[in-house]
Amino acid sequence: MTETKRMNMIQALNSALDVKMGQDEDVLVFGEDVGYFGGVFRVTEGLQAKHGLKRCFDAPLTEGGIIGSAIGMAAYGLKPVPEIQFADYILPAYDQLVSEAARLRYRSNGEFSAPVTVRTPYGGGIFGGQTHSQSPEAIFAHVTGLKTVIPSNPYDAKGLLIASIECEDPVIFLEPKRLYNGPFYGRPDEELKTWANSGLATADVPVGHYEVPLGRASLVREGSEVTVLAYGTMVHVAEAGIADAGVDAELIDLRSIVPLDIDAITASVRKTGRCVILHEASRFGGFGGELSALVQERCFDYLRAPIERVAGYDMPYPHAFEWDYFPGPIRLAEAIKAAVEYR
Amino acid sequence: MPQEDARVTKSNLPRLELHIPEPPSRPDTEVSFAHVNRGEAGAVRRPDIAEHESNMRDLPYELIRVLDDDDRAVGPWDPKLAPETLIKGLRAMVLTRAFDDRLFRAHRQGKTSFYMKSTGEEAISAAQSMALDKGDMFFPTYRAMAWLHARNYPLTTLCNQIFSNAEDPLAGKQLPILHSAREYDFYSISGNLGVRFVHAVGWAMASAYKNDTKISLAYVGDGTTAEGDFHEAMTFAAAYRAPTILCVTNNQYAISSFAGFAAPERLPFAAKALAYGFPGIKVDGNDFLAVWGATQWAAERARTNNGPTLIEFYTYRAEGHSTSDDPSAYRPKDEAKHWPLGDPVERLKDHLIALGAWDEERHAALEAELKEKVKIAVKEAEAIGTLGQSKPPIEEMFEDVFAEKDWRLKEQLRELKRRRAGDSAAGEGA
Repeated sequence: MTETKRMNMIQALNSALDVKMGQDEDVLVFGEDVGYFGGVFRVTEGLQAKHGLKRCFDAPLTEGGIIGSAIGMAAYGLKPVPEIQFADYILPAYDQLVSEAARLRYRSNGEFSAPVTVRTPYGGGIFGGQTHSQSPEAIFAHVTGLKTVIPSNPYDAKGLLIASIECEDPVIFLEPKRLYNGPFYGRPDEELKTWANSGLATADVPVGHYEVPLGRASLVREGSEVTVLAYGTMVHVAEAGIADAGVDAELIDLRSIVPLDIDAITASVRKTGRCVILHEASRFGGFGGELSALVQERCFDYLRAPIERVAGYDMPYPHAFEWDYFPGPIRLAEAIKAAVEYR
Repeated sequence: MPQEDARVTKSNLPRLELHIPEPPSRPDTEVSFAHVNRGEAGAVRRPDIAEHESNMRDLPYELIRVLDDDDRAVGPWDPKLAPETLIKGLRAMVLTRAFDDRLFRAHRQGKTSFYMKSTGEEAISAAQSMALDKGDMFFPTYRAMAWLHARNYPLTTLCNQIFSNAEDPLAGKQLPILHSAREYDFYSISGNLGVRFVHAVGWAMASAYKNDTKISLAYVGDGTTAEGDFHEAMTFAAAYRAPTILCVTNNQYAISSFAGFAAPERLPFAAKALAYGFPGIKVDGNDFLAVWGATQWAAERARTNNGPTLIEFYTYRAEGHSTSDDPSAYRPKDEAKHWPLGDPVERLKDHLIALGAWDEERHAALEAELKEKVKIAVKEAEAIGTLGQSKPPIEEMFEDVFAEKDWRLKEQLRELKRRRAGDSAAGEGA
């Protein structure tokens, strides 16, 4: 029997880092405020005290410097796990991630590589306004050589983070900060539950080492009428929207954007004949466009309705209009019904 | 807008003027290096490696030189090398020049798409390649090939990379001269400027983290100091006292822009280190012995946990930026001849002759020998194939995007192979 504990997502991520640091001295953690203070979201709490000053330390306020130095450490042979405080602030490091981390293995024909795991909180629903709410997965999905991973619950968060650290490729690990403390169904007026009292099995987290493999989606809910593709916070919003629609929908949590579990997606859409895609990021050029194209290419003969995309609007993330912008269960339910009732 | 004009003319404030830096000379003016203060060879003090940074703040404003105008080695920065070592260094520099000349011509003959020479800057990476230990990692720019020549990297392999042929060590994935040579402690070069300056600091931090004994060495050119990465690397190096040697190879030009765009003309790049709290020194980059002596000092500091050093190598880019550049469009044609610090190859040669360890005949023989060596290497590489005449296997194109190919790459490789098979079948039919 594997020993488990009820954990929220923060504790699960902390546990993943603790387990890997305990197993492998080449794993080190650094970033702005992650050392002594334990991180602005507490994900690295206690790691410096337990593993030492040199294993988990604070960094100057320079995202390019954090990622650039992590690439150098990885080229030496370490397994750095740097943190970018908010995904909104990863852009100063975009050149390092795109031009260097993602290409180092390819351009050196395998002589050098950069197995860096970049953890960064992303996503909205927290009144974060323009620069504490963004979902930048599409700008990383387009970069060949990067892997992009997004968990939706504590169990996956720990298992996917361990798998990411062990992966030989650079990984952008996006943490839905809306889900740090508990599941969120996209209904801001509803009373919030913590992971511990959520009643969800995904808050039972093994205390030791385990992996959730990259590139494998999870089937959250089996259904026959329509396939809903989601990841991160939107997995829970999708559950609520499916319940609202009263439709027997199949819900797939992609878990990794790259590598993408294309087989799980095609098998489901070929079964249901309909597909609705849900993400927080704005719609135009969002990852939903890629998903839609793939489904159309691979499931054309099976489709009984146009593929629907429910996403953030094409604007910077607004503050006062948060719940108008946020693609909540009502909008998803409408799209599901439109797909099912098509013709 | 008469109303706005009235508002301006009513003001008593002086009118602002935008300053645009201009180089000391242009194609239609006399060459002027009046701003270059060579100082005296041997005149700059050499502090103890453990000296506190606050006691070394005068150093960036002096030019460290060892070879004087009588070709003698003088002063405290003289690394006191044996003549055989100096001859090895001279050989690496002459080889670099011969290789550059031959491969530049290969570009003109259509055998490669691109080439960049390091003429005038050979002393820097040749001396550093020899002064540092095996295992110390070099984060080069595209103008540092003397590092590889000093370590006897196979010339044919270099040519294979430049020709992107079937034996290209980078399997045709990378532009000519953006080499990668891990076995030679030579980090993968990329086209993006400055980014690898930060990698060098991270690499050095990793070495210190593992209680290793290795240090790192990195270059940026004068132009690239303007990139944010320069600041990031300096900040990280200072904060974590990384065992690294950060170098600015100031060759006065970034393509057509003179160094005055990256830093005011009177401010040495070396002085930028003062703002970060570690020593900066300015070194005659055309003086093989000064480069070696300065590198040794910085390496000792790094190896003894005294932290990073910034070295500005003061030099001159004697030729065009690349095969795509014609420098006579923006600076006097004969400017290189007037460079007050001379030519690095000539200066080391003259020093060896002054020592009685070398003569013109031996030098001519060395030039002829290396020219022949390069010619043979180019011929060997040509036999494998030049640009477009020979390629690595197509499968290579899909390798090393990730450690293992994902489904997209597998599908795309299959698709490309199918198309190629179809093409050749159609070709045979026609």
